[in-house]
Amino acid sequence: MLQQLFSFKGGVKPDTNKAPSVQAPIGTAPLPRLLVVPLHQSIGGMPNPLVEAGDRVLKGQLIGSADQWLSSAVHAPTSGTVRAIEERVAAHPSGLPTLSVVIEPDGQDQWIERQPLDYQALEPERVREVLRDAGVVGLGGAVFPSHAKLSAAKAVAMEELVINGAECEPYMTCDDLLMRERADDIVRGSGIFRDLLQPKRVLIGIEDNKPEAAAAMKAAVERLGENFEVITVPTRYPAGGAKQLIRVLTGKEVPASKRSPEMGVQCFNVATAYTAWRAIAHGEPVLSRIVTLTGNVEQARNWDVLLGTPLRDFVALGQARPDTNGYLMGGPMMGFEMPGLDAPIIKATNCIIASSARLFPPPAPEMPCIRCGACAEACPHELQPFEMYWFARARNFGKTQEYNIFDCIECGCCSYVCPSHIPLVQYFRFAKSEIWSREREKAMADAAKARFELRNEREEREKAEKAERLAKAAAAKAAAKKPEPADNATPASATSGVDAPVDADPAAAKKAAIAAAMERARQQRESVQPKNTDGLSIAQRKEIAEIEARRAPLQARQTALDTENTEPQRTKSNDQ
Amino acid sequence: MNFTTPPYLIQDVSVQRIMLQVLAALLPGIAVYVWLLGPIVLLQIAIATIACVLAEAGMLKLLNKPLALFLGDGSAIVTAWLIALAFPPLSPWWLIVVGALFAIVVAKHLYGGLGQNPFNPAMIAFAVCIVSFPALMSQWPPVDLPGGFAEHLALVMGTAPRLDAMSGATPLDALKTALKLAEGTQAVPNILADARTFGHFAGRGWEWVGVAYLLGGLWLWQRRIISWHAPFAFLAGIGVLSGALWVVNPAGFASPIFHLFSGGAMLGAFFIVTDPVSGCTTPRGKLIFGFGAGALAYVIRVFGGYPDGVAFAVLLLNICVPLIDLYTQPPIFGMKNK
Ligand code: SF4
Ligand code: SF4
Repeated sequence: MLQQLFSFKGGVKPDTNKAPSVQAPIGTAPLPRLLVVPLHQSIGGMPNPLVEAGDRVLKGQLIGSADQWLSSAVHAPTSGTVRAIEERVAAHPSGLPTLSVVIEPDGQDQWIERQPLDYQALEPERVREVLRDAGVVGLGGAVFPSHAKLSAAKAVAMEELVINGAECEPYMTCDDLLMRERADDIVRGSGIFRDLLQPKRVLIGIEDNKPEAAAAMKAAVERLGENFEVITVPTRYPAGGAKQLIRVLTGKEVPASKRSPEMGVQCFNVATAYTAWRAIAHGEPVLSRIVTLTGNVEQARNWDVLLGTPLRDFVALGQARPDTNGYLMGGPMMGFEMPGLDAPIIKATNCIIASSARLFPPPAPEMPCIRCGACAEACPHELQPFEMYWFARARNFGKTQEYNIFDCIECGCCSYVCPSHIPLVQYFRFAKSEIWSREREKAMADAAKARFELRNEREEREKAEKAERLAKAAAAKAAAKKPEPADNATPASATSGVDAPVDADPAAAKKAAIAAAMERARQQRESVQPKNTDGLSIAQRKEIAEIEARRAPLQARQTALDTENTEPQRTKSNDQ
Repeated sequence: MNFTTPPYLIQDVSVQRIMLQVLAALLPGIAVYVWLLGPIVLLQIAIATIACVLAEAGMLKLLNKPLALFLGDGSAIVTAWLIALAFPPLSPWWLIVVGALFAIVVAKHLYGGLGQNPFNPAMIAFAVCIVSFPALMSQWPPVDLPGGFAEHLALVMGTAPRLDAMSGATPLDALKTALKLAEGTQAVPNILADARTFGHFAGRGWEWVGVAYLLGGLWLWQRRIISWHAPFAFLAGIGVLSGALWVVNPAGFASPIFHLFSGGAMLGAFFIVTDPVSGCTTPRGKLIFGFGAGALAYVIRVFGGYPDGVAFAVLLLNICVPLIDLYTQPPIFGMKNK
């Protein structure tokens, strides 16, 4: 069947440098001395720790439970003893610490009791829960919880399910090797997604520089009797961006303002499909992942690595050359420099590149923009990067939004082509975070204003109530007095005098009453805010309260990170 | 650590490399020019280059900008060469220097330097000089220029009187003058039949300079240094207007071919309206910018008082750039149906 391909505008073609790391099959990385498993490894809520120091854990045991619907569970990658639950340096450019479970492996690698499931016998909702509790998230780098992507839009029929094996970032080959070696399980996992989403077609997109992977996937599809279409797409960065691959395979352009199911399409990474199958059919939660170790090393190769393995232990497998000056996590286009050798391998780690001045020379000095338009031509989202740069530099953030800065996926194509060597992406990140922090400040100011107004209203209400009380008392007094005067003289002065305050301002009293009702409702709402501590033993509650307290100062930062990560357009090169 | 932000891979491009390729693309035109008029052309280029580079260095120093970095970008040299090629080849040296100073000091640095100038510096130089020294700026020597390099040098240095033999007119000007003298008794084809002045299709000798610029420009396009939009639209602007008038009244107007290969048309199309800094940035904007400049250049050159209209046309369109860009923003990914 001839598949009509579409094309996306822009993009670049850097050297792919993929050859060194595909020579050897996937190796299994040895057990490190210590595993540092961060609790927060996906987009969404921070999982709640379920173990404490000294506990013995089994391989696959839940150590962090999903905190809400948009969150994902975390498990012990091997059996051993929990040494601590503490802040450890995160695999994040900031290098700020994050709450992590430190496990000392006992070397026995003893599994929990695994429960293989026949997902076809399960309610779809149950399948999604299993995936959430198995910690299945987008392994292309975006780590978006997969179960949350497995519902079709209400009003739109699901037309295409796109399975992303494009892997467009240079150097990276983890998906390539996974497809070569474990194609059957990827196809089976795609089958789960297909059954949950009920699309008309399933399209597996692979860049044409991976013929072996494409052949393996085709063979697996045939072997398993599926009707999935394996389609090779032209190699051009960022063809593996979810939106770009959807465009190439279906012709649909998903704007930043929409979620792809609203356009009848959804996209998952091949490694995600693989882990989904392992989770359902084998009862194995996500404990490890394939990571490419390449760059300035003697032995470039893909490894099956336990999550939580410190970078130090992992990179030792590749024997970095002496002039290595750092390690990048992710590809050279969208990755970042690891904050140190103590940072662990996490679910988002698809590739580690040893860098050197030879591989990635320091950038030439930044020159003024000459408006050559090369960046606009290279931008896959068809933005005008130099205009956004201009306004970001001038701190005119409103204008950057007019030029659609939030449609920028930070793919780096613009910086890649800029003859003036302007770090454009950096300016865009700066502008975005400034805009977010301003919005947060504004929200806080609004909240403060609302509180202030509420207090004013309460005071007014109290005043009105007091007046009412006084008036009633006066009226009662007057009424009591009334029979006393024997004469028929109308107590005009008295009655009008006391009635007046009550009748004079019924509107204010009403307003005050409404305000009071609203305030009560608010307090009620707050008191029933879902607490996941409900139904736990007192000891557990106390413990969690302690952890909450420890977490509190971090929460602000965590929210910042979350916003950064969940920002709607943010897609890592290979997406979920 | 010397890198902290992605992307860590950067394409091997630089402003300097772009400018060097623009200079290289000018070489065929310069070669034909030298073949027509002799080494005096190279001398003028050298004078312009020295003047521009010194002016650039002085301004950078004055403004406290990194000297080596900005001198190395080569943009001042491109401006210099364009000035030397746009000015009459036997201009006195000081005329070129005045043009160069205006271009670099006023048009470029007073507006903020590289990347900031709203007007094309070389065209500012041309406009200022033709307004201030109209006679000198209109003296174009015939291609069978009498005298050798020594005589030319004396003229440029101002040590010899300027002879009539040395100061002719461009084919464009010659046509205009002939038409005026003939007062309607002569048809354009008859005038152009004089191959001594008008060559095969657009002025003896000069037409080949135009062809050489065209080749250089096509090379730049093939190298993706320039996009086709602005040059194509510029030539279309000249071609459509001249074509329409020529079809209606072939006796009164020269053919599009004549106009496309005369004067500053080819230099303007590939080296002036393609200036990224002072031109439009959106594809549709480039088309409007180019077409407007071409049409205006034609109107000025045929109906106006100056021998050629490219400089004024480009400067006028430069003013409109922000507006054109604003109204030609292309729709972004996912928003094409709105
Ligand atoms: S590529 Fe660089 S120099 Fe060219 S327009 Fe974009 S930001 Fe400016
Ligand atoms: S980083 Fe943003 S602006 Fe630059 S090319 Fe990518 S999407 Fe476009």
